[in-house]
Formats: sequence, structure tokens, C-alpha cells
Amino acid sequence: MIDFSEIVERTHKVIERIKRINESHHYFNYISEDLAITQAEKLKRNPHGKLAGIYVSVKDNICVKGIPSQAGSAILDGYRPVFNATAVQRAIDEGAIIIGKTSQDEFGFGTFSTNTGKGFRHPVNPFDHERAAGGSSGGSAGITALADFPHISLGESTGGSIAAPASFCGVVGLTPTYGRISRYGLIDYASSLDKIGPMAKTVEEAALMLEVVSGHDMKDSTSIDAPVDDYVSYAGKSISGMKVGIIKEAFGKGVSPEVEDAVRAGISRLSDAGAQISEISLPFTSRHCLSSYYILAMCEASTNLAKFCGMRYGAHAPLEGNFNSYFSKVRSENLGEEAKRRIILGTFARMSGFRDAYYMKAMKVRTLIINEYKKALQGIDALVCPTMPILPPKFSEIGKLSPLQNYMMDIMTVGPNLAGLPHISVAAGRVGKLPVGMMLVADHLEEKKLITLGSVLQ
Amino acid sequence: MKVDREMIKHVAEVARLRLTEKEIEIFLPQMKEILSAFSELDSIDVEGVKPSFQPFQLKNAMRDDVAHESLSHEDALANSKSTKDGYFKGPSAGGA
Repeated sequence: MIDFSEIVERTHKVIERIKRINESHHYFNYISEDLAITQAEKLKRNPHGKLAGIYVSVKDNICVKGIPSQAGSAILDGYRPVFNATAVQRAIDEGAIIIGKTSQDEFGFGTFSTNTGKGFRHPVNPFDHERAAGGSSGGSAGITALADFPHISLGESTGGSIAAPASFCGVVGLTPTYGRISRYGLIDYASSLDKIGPMAKTVEEAALMLEVVSGHDMKDSTSIDAPVDDYVSYAGKSISGMKVGIIKEAFGKGVSPEVEDAVRAGISRLSDAGAQISEISLPFTSRHCLSSYYILAMCEASTNLAKFCGMRYGAHAPLEGNFNSYFSKVRSENLGEEAKRRIILGTFARMSGFRDAYYMKAMKVRTLIINEYKKALQGIDALVCPTMPILPPKFSEIGKLSPLQNYMMDIMTVGPNLAGLPHISVAAGRVGKLPVGMMLVADHLEEKKLITLGSVLQ
Repeated sequence: MKVDREMIKHVAEVARLRLTEKEIEIFLPQMKEILSAFSELDSIDVEGVKPSFQPFQLKNAMRDDVAHESLSHEDALANSKSTKDGYFKGPSAGGA
């Protein structure tokens, strides 16, 4: 039971603590000290809500009213939203104390949180400073791992940006069904793929946040109008008789043997707890998910980022030249290298003459991938695989990867993201001090199954 | 399709990006590698397959045509550094 009489003093201590962590680990782009203290004072007077007294960090691409929200990009320099994202508002309404905006790859364009925008520092792995925290929700994962106070983070995934850093930082990352949580107030990367989701130390905490922020929202036409389950009640239930399918293609070639061993040990624990394990093959998805995902994500990103032009918010420049030269100047000076690369590739893939070969083709391949998952999940509660094929890499190793080699690291995570399927990454074990994550994937709106299965593993 | 300097420059112009010679130098081989990898989709038969613009079947989200409170004029302009008389002030629409 939390004692609210000292909540303000405690909040000051938490802020001091995260400032110290931030000096060495770079998990926050902004620490919202004043907001946190104001919220703590309100709670002291009137403690209430499912998240009362829980400190919540928010990925930089999710809008918090009055707090710099830049999606880790210099092109949003100085932007202070005039509204809260729906997910943030729902958390605040339940008593959450917002402590800051977490570091990320610019707009979510990355797997390691190394593609940070101009002027931003990248987060480091909580267990080895020479290694990556994963991305793109790297700051959220890192602070979740090191928080020694009640804490849950709101992360965001487009193609694996919750699962990947959760795996590298040894925390729980729950990416819900597309549309389960409103995207209102999320600075968009790829609108048909983006999903806000909780990151926490335990499955119970992730379930609690999911319960609070899920549900239909008039402000997001893609939000699902379906009842929200009592997610917390599904943690700790028996998994006896639940059916789990091991994704055949997710083991062997390209996967580090140490990762494979840790995940297989995790699967044994599911089996020991009563789950029925079988093997499932996803040959089409395994072969084509990366191309389909990256084409769609880049196409959507290139249209979404067209709005950043230095006029209505974010970075400005002196008004000189005509529209085209002004917009080009502001965009070229403020967007980072990976953002430029994706805008150019996405613009190319949508251009007349190539649209059918790339964009429309990828969209149809996506249908075939969804169909393959749907078929595999008939009579199966969840699919299982490693979250990442490798241990958290060193920054020196990441620097040697070409962009394509970098994209290939998302081989496990892009499939469920493309199909809008809920998935959870839970720590399966450790290799030395480095965590290994395993991922469970369920059918649309079956987050409760992931919570039940995931709670056995922690 | 030939991926060359001219192509990258053209696409960048369409996307309102001005690339330096150094950036073009970096991007050119990377884009060739990426587009060549993506072209593996060419071999897939998608005859009769419908595209999935969304991953989850969504119903058309309509609401009654009634005015609600929305962003105030002041809030809408709050983040811009170039406004005039209650409007956004942009660069010149014509000229070079």
C-alpha cells in the first residue's frame, strides 16, 4: 500500500534519481520535473486511480501537454503539444505521475536507438555501456530496467520497437493488437503499423497499464470498438492445456546459439507448467515479411513526414525563398540520415511507374502474411520464437552494419507487427549479464493469453 | 530501373530534401542494395489477392454531424514562430 502523505517528497527523490541515471545512460530526452511534482501534490490531496503513485515515462513520440515532445527529432525542436495523447490522458486520469519523455531512434527509425536525431544522445544498455539498449523505444526499456521505484513506461512499436528493446534490456514489452490503444497524439511513423504499448518490469504491471489505456477512442478512427478485458486478472492463471507453437523458421540459421539455448529453456518452462508444445511452420512470412514490412513502413513514413515543413510547429528558419526552397532547407537541415534515407526510399516506392511493383505488391503480400498467421493460430493459443536473433550488440559492431543488414535484425518482430497481432517479449534468461528475450504472438485481441503465458516465464 | 545519382536527386527533390554530394555518395550503394533485396517480392504470385491497407478489419467510423469543441484558434497557432493577424505566415508562393 502506497503512503500518499509523503508522495511529493518521494517524487523529488525519483526525479533526482532519474537525473543521475540519465547522465550516464541517456534514457530521457526531457525530464518533466514540474509536471511530476504538480501531479504528486494533487495525489497527496486526493489519492485515487489504478495507477495512483506509479511513475510513468513516455516515449518521446507520444504527446504530453506542455512538455517537449519531439519523437527524438530536431525538426520538432521546441514543439510543446497543446493536448495529451489519449493514452497519456487515460494514465493521468488514473493517477499516473509523468516523469519524462524517453529517448528513441528519430521517429522510430531503428532497431538499436542509435539513429537518434541531430543533437540527441543515444541510450546505452543498462548492463553494458558499450552495448545498445535496442530500439526504437530504447529509453523506455532502459529506465524500466533500472527503475528502483514503482514505474511503467509507454512505448511504441511500428515493426518491433517495443519487443526489441524489451529483449535487450531484460524487461517486459507488450505490443497490443493494432487499434487496441488509441493512436491519438502519437507522432506517426507508419499509420497502419504504429501501436502504443506498455513496458514494465513485470507482466502484471504491463497488464495494468494495458487495461488503463486500451479501448475505443472517437479521436482515432482506427481504434477498435471492442470491450477491454480485465487484463490483470489473467496474470498467474494456469497455462495447463494451453497450446503453444514453436515457429520452425525462427531457429537455426542466423540465430545466435546462446539465444536459441535460452529461448529453448524458456519453452521448457512453459512445457513444465502444462502447456502443450508443437512446431508450426511459417514459410511465407519468414521469407517475405522484411521486404513487405520495410516497403510499407517507408512509404507511409515518407507521406507522414511531409507535414514537417518549418511553418506550424517545430524547427523554423527565416522566411526566405519560395515554398519549395524554404521547406527543403528546413527539412534538409533538421532531419537525420536514416530519416532522409527512408523518405527517399518511400517516395521512390510510391512514384508513378513503381507504385504497383513496390507499394501495392507489398500490401498484397501483407494479406498473404496475415492469412498465414491466422491459419497457424487456429487451434493454437500462441506462437513462440526468440525476440531478437542476437544478444545486445556493441555500438562498434552496429556501426559496421549496412542499412540493409540493420533492417534484417528485425526478422522476428516485423511479422506480427505487419499482421497487427499482439505480442509480448519476456526475459527468457541471461547469457552472462546480458538478457535474452523470448516472444509470444497471439491472435487479434487475445492479449490476455499473452499475459497468462508471459506471467509463467518471469 | 536504374538507380543512379540523377534518380536519387530527382526523388529527393520530389520529397523536398536537398542532399549534399556526400549524402548522395553514401545513399547510392545503400539504395541499390536495399531495392535489390526488396525485389524478391517480384517472384510472388498475388493474382486475385486484395491489398491490406490495415491489418485488422475496421468498420467505417462515422459520427453524427454535430459540431464539437475542438482546437482553439490560439492553441492551433501556439507552436508557430511565424504567424500574422491570427494566421500562419508562410514563405512566398511564387518566385525562385
